[in-house]
Amino acid sequence: MNRLLKLLNAMAAAWLLLTGGAFAAQPVDEVAVHELANGLRVVVKPDRRAPVAVSMVWYRIGSVDEQNGVTGVAHVLEHMMFKGTRTVPAGEFSKLIAAAGGRDNAFTSRDYTGYFQTLQKSALPLSFRLEADRMANLVLSQEEFAKELKVVMEERRWRTDDRPHAVVYERLMAAALAAHPYRNPIIGWMSDLEHLRLDDTRAYYEQWYAPNNATVVVVGDVVPAEVFALAEQHFGAIPRRDLPPRKPQVEPPPLGLKRLTVKAPAELPYVLMAYRVPRLEKPAADWEPYAFDMLESILSGNDAARLPQSLVKTERTATSAGASYDGIGRGPAFFYLSGSPVAGQSAAQLEQGLRREVQRVVDEGVTEEELNRVKAQVIAAQVFQRDSMFFQARQIGWMEMIGFSHRDLDLFIEKLQQVTADQVQEVARKYLVDDRLTVAYLDPQPLAGAPRRAAPPAGVRHGN
Amino acid sequence: MATSLLQALRPVIAAALWCVAQQAWAILPIESWQTASGAKVYFVANRSLPMLDISVDFPAGSAYDTRDKSGVAAMTHGLLRMGADGLAEDDIARRFADVGAVVGGRFDSDRAGLSLRTLSDVQRRGPALELFARILRAPEFPATVLDREKVRQIGALKEADLKPDTQAGRTFYRLLYREHPYALRSVGDVDTVGAITRADLVSFYQRHYVANRAVIAIMGDVSRAEAEAIAEQVTGGLQRATGAAPALPPVESLEGAITRLVAHPAAQSHILIGAPGIRRDDPDYFPLFVGNYILGGGGFVSRITEEVRQKRGLAYSAYSYFSPLQARGPFVIGMQTRRDQADEALAVVRKTLRDFVSNGPTAEELQAAKQNIVGGFPMRIDSNRKIHEYLSVIGFYGLPISYLEDFVGNVERVTVADIKSAFVRHVNPDQLVTVVVGADKDETLTTPVAR
Repeated sequence: MNRLLKLLNAMAAAWLLLTGGAFAAQPVDEVAVHELANGLRVVVKPDRRAPVAVSMVWYRIGSVDEQNGVTGVAHVLEHMMFKGTRTVPAGEFSKLIAAAGGRDNAFTSRDYTGYFQTLQKSALPLSFRLEADRMANLVLSQEEFAKELKVVMEERRWRTDDRPHAVVYERLMAAALAAHPYRNPIIGWMSDLEHLRLDDTRAYYEQWYAPNNATVVVVGDVVPAEVFALAEQHFGAIPRRDLPPRKPQVEPPPLGLKRLTVKAPAELPYVLMAYRVPRLEKPAADWEPYAFDMLESILSGNDAARLPQSLVKTERTATSAGASYDGIGRGPAFFYLSGSPVAGQSAAQLEQGLRREVQRVVDEGVTEEELNRVKAQVIAAQVFQRDSMFFQARQIGWMEMIGFSHRDLDLFIEKLQQVTADQVQEVARKYLVDDRLTVAYLDPQPLAGAPRRAAPPAGVRHGN
Repeated sequence: MATSLLQALRPVIAAALWCVAQQAWAILPIESWQTASGAKVYFVANRSLPMLDISVDFPAGSAYDTRDKSGVAAMTHGLLRMGADGLAEDDIARRFADVGAVVGGRFDSDRAGLSLRTLSDVQRRGPALELFARILRAPEFPATVLDREKVRQIGALKEADLKPDTQAGRTFYRLLYREHPYALRSVGDVDTVGAITRADLVSFYQRHYVANRAVIAIMGDVSRAEAEAIAEQVTGGLQRATGAAPALPPVESLEGAITRLVAHPAAQSHILIGAPGIRRDDPDYFPLFVGNYILGGGGFVSRITEEVRQKRGLAYSAYSYFSPLQARGPFVIGMQTRRDQADEALAVVRKTLRDFVSNGPTAEELQAAKQNIVGGFPMRIDSNRKIHEYLSVIGFYGLPISYLEDFVGNVERVTVADIKSAFVRHVNPDQLVTVVVGADKDETLTTPVAR
């Protein structure tokens, strides 16, 4: 039980990694959508295999909507959403859900913030009642805020500061992007957390937690019309609000290769390479993002894929090597290559190995056999994913937040099936070039030589 | 308002319980039989999705390693898929991928096995199952693959050894289990992995991957007759052994308290506290399971989370659990906190545990725990994957086939007195191992208990 909870907690920051390139489909005719007069969208997918419902409320606000100086506020607000309303005291939300047999948690990503409960279907009214209550009536107290900010700082230490590969990713994003807020970590920079004020959190809540900025997703043994009526009953009275304008914050084009090094206690070096590539914008018209998705799988989608096959097994120069593509998001997309060299090999040598594999695709393309293998996996995954109601709800909510539709999940499968070997070669040739690349090395330091982390500032130190 | 919500909820809970009872009978008719070769089979048909999950597990986990050969069990398991019956590892990986099948492995201190998830139509299921049977029946353990995997494993071990959470786990299990094989690191140590030979793997495979100790769990879109044929297919070629699986030695209780501080420059101290807990067949299983939900297993609503996180903001994650195994698995409390507040967090957790063991839960806490566990029962069996996992556990640990049907009743029967006496029997707050990695210097404090 604990492990599951931790997995769910882990989603808060790892969201983008979990979702990178994983497409799924839902049968179109089963999903029902309704929009309340106040702008709240409700998406329902019946799944009658068990008397259970997954209920999620998604807000279209993530770290991408933060300004400099208050990075991490979207995620802190997610934590504060469990700290009580005028009628449900702090901690009571989870107790009520637990008493109904349910489980609840939340996640914050770059693009959205989501809250969920898994319950018996008969407890769905409780979920809606509590979610509607905290959408409109959150009480933000200084006392709870001070404690929860400490929890979030512990989360940052645990998730990032003591994990060298996480630090490499954080610093790589900060180097790869100049203007777009994807350059900031979801959890926020430590200094911003230290100086975050209750009012910063309140401002985000008041600006963004409105029904017209939210989508309710329910998957389970439910009848759509009944769920719509229930949503009307609980959320219907919450007034629509004007949302602040969202500035485009367009990232300027990359102008050349960037490199950085992260020194941290570790045994083996690690290389992370990120190419700026197109993201999915028009699911029906675009083709390049689908080609990148196929390339990701051809390079590292199974044990016999190219990177593990050539670098780990044949050359034996890497202990691990992989590729990933984060093409579905509100901001700039990257195609990543990563790996750790075996003892005695350097990061630079592994970078050369990874580049050789890219060059092979550029020069020789990929085979029909490789492409068909990935397509077979896509079709199977589409069925396997239907085993999890939670996953289905997550996929639907994710699409809504990016500005797509649950229907696009079906379209993705079709479009992936249409990708040709020439298209895969073409995107590699066009975009996997040095001018679009940022390379980060982890330079391993012995434990003894690692600098002590600076003591936290007096303002947040807990009196012992 | 909170109270009125709770009151509003009562009929819901009552209705829910009724549903649970209906559901358990309706959806889980577990069938069980033995193959001709003596393997135990557990099967649930579910035709709602065109897919099939199957696993084959053996008592072949790291507890069957010896100290000087630590890592052989894991390496044997890892290499099953890396060359078999004339097929090279890439052939195997490609053939599974070509039909969209996914092969997974389970490996822990007790169990080792392989699992397969495939589409259930015969065109895909057929080749996937045939290949699955071949890698179980005729792994080759190629020496060149072994050499490579040893290098990778040693690299991974060295990498992990620098991490505070790994150091904490290593130290904790050594102190908890001393000479017992549960003290062994599941994947081995740098020197023992370096010494593994192909002959070690062949010998381990022959001794432990035998048909009459295998547990097969099948869940999904096939008939009973098809499941019978599949079970024969995947274990038909395995050898048989005479006699039962080698028994694990009994676990000795701790004789005092040990606190081990380990220097590490991490921002957070990683803290583990615990003792040997219970076997999977211990009659106190349910009182401890329900009691631990209240102590530290219930996420946001447990005492440990309340004291450490909600009241004091000392940690992001703080929890406790029992991990019942073939022999006495561990009872563990864990958390991470900024290094300068480790002492405070430790004091809070120790006091919380001591109070709980001395006084037990309140009647209200027990009621809330039952409401959650009983009301949450449908979510334990709401997917093929979860049901498949239960089939495998029921089979491996010899739990009654009515385990899921009995689950709710077993939880409902637990009383405050049961929990209190079970914790007194199994958790002595004066006889615990405490490990703190992320201290300023190495230090060991022992407190033997006078009898």
